[in-house]
Amino acid sequence: MSQTAELRKTPLNAVHHASGARMVDFGGWEMPVQYSGILDEHAAVRTAVGLFDVSHMGEIEVRGPEALSLVNQVSTNNAAKLTAGQAHYAGLLYEHGGFADDILVHKVADDSYFLCVNASNQDKDFEHIASQNKWDCTVENAGARYAQIAVQGPKAQATLQKLTSVDLSSIRYYRFVDGEVSGAPARIARTGYTGEDGFEIYVAPEQAEARWKELLEAGADFGIKPCGLGARNTLRLEAAMALYGHEIDATISPLEAGLEWIVKFDKGDFTGRAALEKQKAAGVKRRLIGFEMQGRGIGRDGYEVRVGGAAAGWVTSGGPAPALNKNIGMCYLPAGVAVPGTAIEVVVRNQPVPAVTVPLPFYKRAK
Amino acid sequence: MTYPENLKYTKEHEWVSVEGDTGTVGITYHAQKELGDIVYVDLPKLGAAVEAGKSFGSVESVKAVSDIYSPVTGEIVGINSLLAEAPEKLNEDPHGAAWLVKIKLASPAELDALLSAAEYEAYIGG
Repeated sequence: MSQTAELRKTPLNAVHHASGARMVDFGGWEMPVQYSGILDEHAAVRTAVGLFDVSHMGEIEVRGPEALSLVNQVSTNNAAKLTAGQAHYAGLLYEHGGFADDILVHKVADDSYFLCVNASNQDKDFEHIASQNKWDCTVENAGARYAQIAVQGPKAQATLQKLTSVDLSSIRYYRFVDGEVSGAPARIARTGYTGEDGFEIYVAPEQAEARWKELLEAGADFGIKPCGLGARNTLRLEAAMALYGHEIDATISPLEAGLEWIVKFDKGDFTGRAALEKQKAAGVKRRLIGFEMQGRGIGRDGYEVRVGGAAAGWVTSGGPAPALNKNIGMCYLPAGVAVPGTAIEVVVRNQPVPAVTVPLPFYKRAK
Repeated sequence: MTYPENLKYTKEHEWVSVEGDTGTVGITYHAQKELGDIVYVDLPKLGAAVEAGKSFGSVESVKAVSDIYSPVTGEIVGINSLLAEAPEKLNEDPHGAAWLVKIKLASPAELDALLSAAEYEAYIGG
């Protein structure tokens, strides 16, 4: 057990404790890992709606006339393509091509970008971005100014619509609106980390508790469930979304991680570009691929993967897929065998257990 | 939750109930609650030798893998086949239908070192 006294807390910490959530240390934050149970919460998000406190996530704001230049220098995607009110996924890379973080870039205005970054990376990301600021932009590590609540699932829109005058049906996927929820300012983005439709709402920390309670009430008719990081992880695993420290880290490039689609070589220079071009020219040596267990056993994070009886890679994330009733995972393998249909073995407590590689993602919602 | 008086408990959250020279072993209500939704149970084979305090298998929840430590030394003489198909029974009836294994006791005196229901409840903080 870690010393909870030293952990950082979100504005909803007291609410989680009062509702009997099980709390854990997640990257230095005391966060709920589950409320009613991971399977129950997972099912709520896939079939109805779930509510997540993701206030631990960091926010970094880049402002100034040349904000686009700095954002495009530090991130792999092309922010010049964004219109105001649009967001995209991007990599924040080191010069050597490995990930410093994966982030969401929101274009607020021509001179204002809002980056949502991983909780445990936010201070490092801020330094990383500020150190490349040769355009005299204002770079603000703004995490303390925002609480973030995710409403996810097929009933997310119906739930949130009860509390806002913003016409949510007009917000398309990866778009956002600066509007209000219950009369208080809120940035409402149609984004998420579950593979379902839904919204991520950014509000002032002092508003978080009221919004949380109102959302639970608004979603009660639909069977809304407060959800913890446990369900957030099983949901994102089924949707094959990367988790920093697992699928991606400083030693992994976007080309290896199946994220070439967020690398825009034609946009001009960006940090890590030269390394990626070199890697691409030489050929990518290892790639991320999905797998399904065939024998009894669950392949989990860090387990060795064998091909033809020899060590060939490792599991980045693995576990049961509640909506699919299978044991699944993602792993790195040599590029030649990182294709669907390869017979592999995952070493589960010294026992090689048969598995087969499959395409990603495991789960795609019906549109 | 009240813990049955007729069971003996370990600090690793297993229980054992003894009839004649055979002990039935399971995990406690507290253990399953801490683990959360149980999705997989790995048990030894019939005839396997187990030793008190040593791991003989594992229970996996959605999130985590947890070793099961044998409360007693002996030989596996029964395995609960229910759990291969329905591991979630461990969440529903951990002190009853979801027992794990039966062990033929090699040294019944080991039982004296285990906790009573009252001692176990005090240990887990009531």
